[in-house]
Amino acid sequence: MSAPLFNLRGVAAIFSAEMARTRRTLLQSVVTPVLTTALYFVVFGSAIGSHMREVGGVAYGAFIVPGLIMLSLLTQSIANASIGIYFPKFTGTVYEILTAPLSAIEIVVGYVGAAAAKSIAIGLIILATAAFFTPLQIDYPAMMALFLVLTAVAFSLFGFIIGIWAKTFEQLNFVPALVITPLTFLGGAFYSIDMLPPFWRTVSLFNPVVYLVSGFRWSFHGAGDVSLTASLGFMTLVIALCLGLLVWIFRTGYRLKP
Amino acid sequence: MPIISIAGVAKSYGSFTALHDIDLDIERGEIFALLGPNGAGKTTLISIVCGAVSMTRGAVRVDGADILRDYRATRRKIGLVPQEIALDIFSTVWNTVSFSRSLFGKPKDNAHIERLLRDLALWEKRDNKIIELSGGMKRRVMIAKALAHEPDILFLDEPTAGVDVELRRDMWGLVRRLRENGVTIILTTHYIEEAEEMADRVGFMKGGRLVLVEEKTALMRKLGKRRLVLTLAEPLAALPAELDGWHVELESGGSQISYAMSDGAEKGAAQIIQRLGEAGVHIKDMAMTESSLEQIFVDLVGAAAGSQP
Ligand SMILES: Nc1ncnc2c1ncn2[C@@H]1O[C@H](COP(=O)(O)OP(=O)(O)OP(=O)(O)O)[C@@H](O)[C@H]1O
Ligand SMILES: [Mg+2]
Repeated sequence: MSAPLFNLRGVAAIFSAEMARTRRTLLQSVVTPVLTTALYFVVFGSAIGSHMREVGGVAYGAFIVPGLIMLSLLTQSIANASIGIYFPKFTGTVYEILTAPLSAIEIVVGYVGAAAAKSIAIGLIILATAAFFTPLQIDYPAMMALFLVLTAVAFSLFGFIIGIWAKTFEQLNFVPALVITPLTFLGGAFYSIDMLPPFWRTVSLFNPVVYLVSGFRWSFHGAGDVSLTASLGFMTLVIALCLGLLVWIFRTGYRLKP
Repeated sequence: MPIISIAGVAKSYGSFTALHDIDLDIERGEIFALLGPNGAGKTTLISIVCGAVSMTRGAVRVDGADILRDYRATRRKIGLVPQEIALDIFSTVWNTVSFSRSLFGKPKDNAHIERLLRDLALWEKRDNKIIELSGGMKRRVMIAKALAHEPDILFLDEPTAGVDVELRRDMWGLVRRLRENGVTIILTTHYIEEAEEMADRVGFMKGGRLVLVEEKTALMRKLGKRRLVLTLAEPLAALPAELDGWHVELESGGSQISYAMSDGAEKGAAQIIQRLGEAGVHIKDMAMTESSLEQIFVDLVGAAAGSQP
């Protein structure tokens, strides 16, 4: 019996097992982002919004929606993908993945695909939640969808790498807590970097999250802090870097296969 | 053609060499037992063939195909029950076994999974979560997972460690049935009687080397010394002159005479008894002892290796 060129059943098995894991923790997976979004709207939308009616011609409530979605998309993608591969490493069940007739690409598609699908779903849920608080307007829905998918994939890939790299739960939480959270808060989710003094505006341009939020916001309101090309270019760069790293990881067996 | 052919396989972890150039052929349909003390390299060797560990040097062929180049074809033929129980504790028995089958690219076959779970006495527990199972049940789930994709070759890395007597018997039975269905089985164990009971061939590993590979019966014949032990009615101070030139020893303070028998030495035994009678020595009891694989093993690897589980 000859082996197929692509182990679709194997990939589907990983994908649906990962999705099943989410169903088991449905409450945390969905309620947490919805609640957080609602809180952001109450705190930022109402408290700040009452002082700052609009930003660049967009109501403040609507202005923060793209940033809020990006925040969750980023953290969820990294969290889902990193735990997705860290857990089997931790429990030892990874032996089965390593001994199955699966190529590196198939393993990545299964795990990263599931993590990205989950965070896209959460992004959409947040979008729906936001619609309760503020009238939404999406000028370029196709571009919005593209950003949603690209961001989810890029940061799920990144999370997957962190999951392989991490030897402990502390390390698993280290990157999201110490790198991603500060960057997202300083990434222009709640303000336009035009509001910053020139020096900090320049500093912000080195913050990758600015490019994500800006591009995503562009798809909503037709305007962002940086150009659309810069945003798309940045996403492509992240994906390319992660893929390159993954090629190296699977070639060497780094922390996956002794 | 051997079903598995391991040629010059070596493995280093940094500067530590876990395997030194191993050569080994496994024949189709046999039960091969790998023995050896802790850290000998048994798990490492198995893991390399299965793809869970990468080799530093060498080549492995499964059914004629290279395990690196044709990994899809070779891995589909192999099932692995690793030494350590590793399961997703929140999954159910049915789901985790079905998952294994899909992972290997096989189409759904509920009848096969059902048969497997019934065979392994897990059918009643099919909807239970792994966390709700006993240790022995978990081990059986590991076996069910390894067999879910109907492999031609099954690796059992210490399948009966920490398993009760009844379950061990059950597992031996299962292994025999698998072999009757043409499955090749490679198992590691620290229970010598397990190898003695089941294996066709035995391999001894020590310090990352395959010290010896031998057909079990041949090995027992070659190394397993049969001894005739005669217990005397009255202890002797020295062997009687009638036994001069015979390779016999006086033991237990002169109360026993033992004679190492080589093949076709039955006549010798009869003559010794006759000569003792002529010398007026009365024999109270007579016994034949046969060294087990365990003794052979201890002789081979030194007392320190022992046979602890
Ligand atoms: N990931 C690893 N990194 C470094 N050394 C390792 C690793 N895995 C195994 N070793 C070493 O390789 C040697 C062989 O280990 P292996 O697990 O193959 O032994 P074994 O024969 O299966 O022993 P046991 O009977 O205890 O299961 C040991 O010295 C072990 O410490
Ligand atoms: Mg071992």
